[in-house]
Amino acid sequence: MLFVVLFVLWLLMSGIYKPLVVGLGVISCLLCVWIVSRLEILGEKGFQHDVRITKLVRYVLWLTVEIGKADWAIAKVILSPDLPRRQRLIAVPCTQQSDFGKMLFANSITITPGTVTVETEPGHFIVHALTDEAADPDALADMGTRVRETEAGTS
Amino acid sequence: MMEMLIDILSWASFVGGALFLFIGSLGMVRLGDFWARLHAASIVDSAGVGLILFGMMLQAGLTLVTVKIAIIVLFLFITGPTASHAVANAAFVSGSRPTDMVEDITAPKAKPKVTKRKSRKTKPKATTSSAKKKSGA
Repeated sequence: MLFVVLFVLWLLMSGIYKPLVVGLGVISCLLCVWIVSRLEILGEKGFQHDVRITKLVRYVLWLTVEIGKADWAIAKVILSPDLPRRQRLIAVPCTQQSDFGKMLFANSITITPGTVTVETEPGHFIVHALTDEAADPDALADMGTRVRETEAGTS
Repeated sequence: MMEMLIDILSWASFVGGALFLFIGSLGMVRLGDFWARLHAASIVDSAGVGLILFGMMLQAGLTLVTVKIAIIVLFLFITGPTASHAVANAAFVSGSRPTDMVEDITAPKAKPKVTKRKSRKTKPKATTSSAKKKSGA
């Protein structure tokens, strides 16, 4: 399985389909699989078991729009002459169960301009927000719910 | 006609991306302290790079190059926030806090939770900009 993924990646990346190059690809993919199998993490539960791909794709599209909006908001802050910032450190509850869900939520908060996840503690994140709009707890909770929906085992 | 449309769209993304890169860099200079500057960096991460790479994808069309750019976008969107978080976390752990905060849940309990709101700053002068990245150290 890992071999297939790696080899497809190789074919996409190289774009040269001569026997020598493809053969080198096969060899390096086999080498990688061998190294990974020596690490004894091959059979472990990967993130793909924690997440539903269709929901994840829909979430990423939604997130892109949100990032765009936040970009615009922060750009306005930077360009306005008096820099209207009201910084705060707030706690955002995280209800995700899987590690992947938590990672996705924390990274989503960080990549949205105006908010940065600073610290993770059990049950909540500490988030630094630049402005009042960015610190809106309802918007952050909404994002958390959406991440929650991408997790497997929920509906 | 189609090519024309793609050219216009990709040029719009290039110009928009460059604009956001510029705004992000300007924010790095203008915003007062370490924590605020972090957000300017995140604009560069998302809008600037995202738009420019999107323009490149339009120029490349449906080729392997587009696939490569898509993979670059994917990696950037994972590593960018991770790096931002690492920097912010390092500053947080070493005790750095934003200046003139309006709310701080990590503040010691003895202090009132909401610190008084400072009057808006006009421009960061030498005092604030000298404390930029070193504030965590």
